[in-house]
Amino acid sequence: METQKQKLVIIGNGMAPGRMLEHLFDLTDAYEVTIFNAEPRVNYDRIMLSPVLSGDKSYADIIIHGQGWYDEHGITLHKGEKVVEIDRVERRVISDKGTVEHYDKLVIATGSQPFIIPVPGKDLPGVLAYRDLDDTEAMVAAAKKGGKAVVIGGGLLGLEAAAGLRLRGMDVTVLHLMPSLMERQLDEASGYLLQRALEARGIDVKCRANTKAILGADKVEGVELEDGTVLEADLVVMAVGIRPNSGLAKEAGIEVNRGIVTDATMRTSDHAIYALGECAEVDGRVYGLVAPLYEMAKVAAHALAGEETSGFKHSETPTKLKVTGCDLYSVGDFAEGEGREDIVLRDAQRGSYKRVILKDNKIIGAVLYGDVADGGWFNEMLRAATDVSDMRDTLIFGQAHQGGGSFDPVAAAAALPDDAEICGCNGICKGQIVQSITDKGLTALSEVRAHTKASASCGTCANNVENLLKAVLGDAFEKKAEGMCGCTPLGHGEVRRLIKARELKSIPEVMQELEWSSPEGCAKCRPALNYYLVSDWPGEYEDDYRSRFINERVHANIQKDGTYSVVPRIWGGKTSAAELRAIADIAEKYDVPEVKFTGGQRIDLLGIKKEDLPGIWADLNEHGMVSGGAYTKGLRTVKTCVGQEWCRFGTQDSMGLGIKLEKFLWGSWTPAKLKLAVTGCPRNCAEATCKDIGIICVDSGYQIVYGGAAGLHIQGTTELGIVATEEEVIEITAALTQLYREEGFYLERIYKWADRVGYNRIKTIVLEDKEARRELHDRFVFSQKFAQVDPWAERVAGKDAHEFKPMAEFKLEAAE
Amino acid sequence: MNAQVENWVAIGPLSEIPRQGSRRVLWGQIKIAVFRMSDDRVYALEDKCPHKNGPLSEGIVHEGCVTCPLHNWVISLETGAAQGADEGQTRTFPVRVEDDTVLIAF
Repeated sequence: METQKQKLVIIGNGMAPGRMLEHLFDLTDAYEVTIFNAEPRVNYDRIMLSPVLSGDKSYADIIIHGQGWYDEHGITLHKGEKVVEIDRVERRVISDKGTVEHYDKLVIATGSQPFIIPVPGKDLPGVLAYRDLDDTEAMVAAAKKGGKAVVIGGGLLGLEAAAGLRLRGMDVTVLHLMPSLMERQLDEASGYLLQRALEARGIDVKCRANTKAILGADKVEGVELEDGTVLEADLVVMAVGIRPNSGLAKEAGIEVNRGIVTDATMRTSDHAIYALGECAEVDGRVYGLVAPLYEMAKVAAHALAGEETSGFKHSETPTKLKVTGCDLYSVGDFAEGEGREDIVLRDAQRGSYKRVILKDNKIIGAVLYGDVADGGWFNEMLRAATDVSDMRDTLIFGQAHQGGGSFDPVAAAAALPDDAEICGCNGICKGQIVQSITDKGLTALSEVRAHTKASASCGTCANNVENLLKAVLGDAFEKKAEGMCGCTPLGHGEVRRLIKARELKSIPEVMQELEWSSPEGCAKCRPALNYYLVSDWPGEYEDDYRSRFINERVHANIQKDGTYSVVPRIWGGKTSAAELRAIADIAEKYDVPEVKFTGGQRIDLLGIKKEDLPGIWADLNEHGMVSGGAYTKGLRTVKTCVGQEWCRFGTQDSMGLGIKLEKFLWGSWTPAKLKLAVTGCPRNCAEATCKDIGIICVDSGYQIVYGGAAGLHIQGTTELGIVATEEEVIEITAALTQLYREEGFYLERIYKWADRVGYNRIKTIVLEDKEARRELHDRFVFSQKFAQVDPWAERVAGKDAHEFKPMAEFKLEAAE
Repeated sequence: MNAQVENWVAIGPLSEIPRQGSRRVLWGQIKIAVFRMSDDRVYALEDKCPHKNGPLSEGIVHEGCVTCPLHNWVISLETGAAQGADEGQTRTFPVRVEDDTVLIAF
C-alpha cells in the first residue's frame, strides 16, 4: 500500500523545527521533507553559544543534527538559501537563489532577529548582535586582539556575552537602560547581587545607561551615552532584545500580530501552514526560551501526523544564567499585587537571596540568587499548584527542612547548646544571652543588645537573638516595633551606622546586605534610606526619585485640594520693590488665588495648579528668585530682624549675617526641616530662641543657641557658646548642621537628636574640639557642591517634565 | 465579570510612565492615575484617595500599593481598597499594555 508521500517544506533550521522532525519521524513516514536554511550549516544548539564564546566548547561540540541525520531521513537541506516568497495560491516557496519548492504542508520557523537600537553608528564594523554562530565567531576573533568591549543590554544574552568576552581577556563594560540587571527575570535585590558578582569578576556594569550614539570613523571606536559619558570600545555587542521574524509570513497575507499567530496546534490562519519557535505567537504570547519551543515542536509534529494532541499550553519557564559563579533562578510571576504574599530570606554573609511569592497559599513565583538548590522544588510546586499552607513557615528554608516535623526557628534556637555562638562579631554565645535575659529580666532585642552586645555590630544575627528571646520568654515575649519600619528589625541608628561601616551605596544594596524582609521596602523606609545615602555619600549616590515624597519630588508643597504652594527664596527675609513687583505680576499672571506671608518671613503663593509650576518657576527664575525650599527636609528660612543697620538697640548686622547663613546653608539635605533665626539683640524680635539654630547678637559677639522647638512640642533653645566673629558663627553652624546630618534619624528634628545624643557631647565636638569642628565644616562644604542646584531651574530646563503634564487628555462631549 | 463596555483607549507608550511611578490621564472631569510597577505591570485608579480625595498619582509606590501623599493611607493598586485599619475604596479601571502602548477601558 505504497502511497505518494506528502511534501513538507520547512523554512528555518533551528532547534524548534529540528526537534519537531525528530517527533514527526517517530510518528509517521508520510512526509518528504525539504528545509531551507539561511545559515550555511546544519542544526546546532544555540543555547550553547555562550560556552563557545567563552572557549569551553567548539562548534563541533554543539551540533545537534549532523549531515548524516539529514541523509538518513532523506531530507533535502538547502544551506545558505533564504526563502523570499511564500506563494499560498500555488503552494510553493521561492528562495533568493531561485529555488522553487512545492508544498502540501509548510512550516515557518524563521526564529527571531536581534533588535538593533536605531542610534548613529549602529552599522559600523565592530558592532555585533549575539544571535548565531557567525556573531559568536566574530566576537571570538575580535577578542583575540584584546582591547575594550561594550555590551549594550543587561539581560540574559548580554550578560553571557559580557562574561564570555571577559574570559577571553577583554575589558568589558555592560550598559543597561534599566536601574537593575535582568529586570524581567529578577527583582532589584537579586539584580544587585548579580551586578556585584559580575563586578567582582572585573566586568564594569552601568545601569540607567542610555546609549546615544556609537562613535567611530570607519570602525567602532566608542560609545556615547545620553549623559555625555564616552566609553572607548573596540567591539560593541548589542543584546537588547529580539523580535519575531514574521515579515515573510506577513507579506504572504498570513495573520501576524507580534509573531505569526497560531492556534494551540501551531496552525496559522492558512491551514496548510504551521509556525513554531520564536516567530510564533500562541494565545498572545511569544517565547524565547527553549522549553516552550520544544513543547511547540512536539505539538506541531502531532498535528502534522494527524495525531491527537492536547495542544500547546502556556507554562512558566525558569530562567537560569549560564555564567559560572552567578547562580540565579527565576520562575513565574514575581510582581506585586493584591492577595500576594512574599516570603523573603536574605543571607548577607553568603550573598544569597530567596524570595517565594504566594497567592491563595500556592506558589506563583520564585526568585533565587546564590543558593538555587531549591529552584526545581519550588517550580514543581508552582506547576502542580500545590497548597503550601502546611509548610509555609519553613517553605523558604527549602526542601531539606520539610517533612519529619516542621522546622520551627524558635524551637531550633531553644535546641542549641549553651556554647553555640550566636553573635559572631562580638563572640557572644547562647548561654550568655539566655543568662542575661533571665537574670536581668530583659524583654526586647534592644535590651539584649545593650547588655550583651549580641547583634550590636553587623546586626545579621538579630533574628536569632529574637528567637532566643521568644524561646526563653514564651508567650510573655511581645515583639516590640523597634525597627525603622516593618521591613527590618534594625533601628535607624543601626542602619545609619551599617551604611557607613559597610559602605552601602544604593537602596537595593542596603536592603540586601541588611536583610530587609520586603522586596522593595515601604513608604517609611525608602525615603529614610534615600536621605541616609544622599547624606553619607555626597557626589557618589544619586538620589532616588521614586523614594521621595511628592513635595520633594515636585519642589512645591502639596495642599489639601491637590494644588501646590510656591515659596520663592527671599534671602534673610530682605526683599526689594522690584522683587515684590515681580512676585505681584507673576501672581496675577497665574491667577494665584491667595498670597500670604509665612511664619518664616517669606511670601507664599497658594493654590497653584501642578501643570503651572514650571511656568511660574521660569518667571521667578527670570527675576533672580530660586526655590525657597519651603517643602524640604533641609534649610527652610533664616529669619532676621533689621539689626544695627536700623534698630537703635541692634548690636550687629543681623540681617547681613542671616543672608550669609542662608546663602551658605541652602540646598543641604538634613534629617528633618531646619529653621534658623538671627536676632540683633537679646530682645529677640526674630524669635531665635525657639529655632533649630539661633544666633543672638550681643555687644561682645554672637551667642549661638540650638535645639528649640515651637511646634507640637515647645522647648527653648540650649546655648552652645559665644563667639566673637561672623566667620566663627558660620563655621560652627556648618559643623553643627553636619553633625546633625550625619547622626540624625530621618524626620528627627535637631532638638530630638540633641536630646538623644546629649548637649554636652555636641558642645565638645562642634565648639571645643577645633579640629573636629573644622573637619565637619569641610565635609559640609564638600556636600554642598552637589546640593546647591536650584531644583526649579532644573525642572524649567526639562528635568522630570513628565511630572507636570497629564499623559493623555480626553475631552468629552457635554451631551451626557 | 463580563465587562459590558469594551471601550479601550490608547493613552500613550508605557515608557512615558516612570517605573514605581505614575502619570495622570484626564477623561473629561475624571482624573485617572496610571501606575507602572518595577516589573512593568500597570494599574489604573481614579486619582482620588477614598479618605480625603488626595491625589494618589503623587504617592510613593511600593509592594503593589500606593501611599497617599496627604495622610498616608495605603491603597491597593489592584483593587483600590484601603489597606490596614482604614476603610474605603477607590474606583479602578481595566488597563492593559499592547506593543508598548497602554490602553485603558473607560
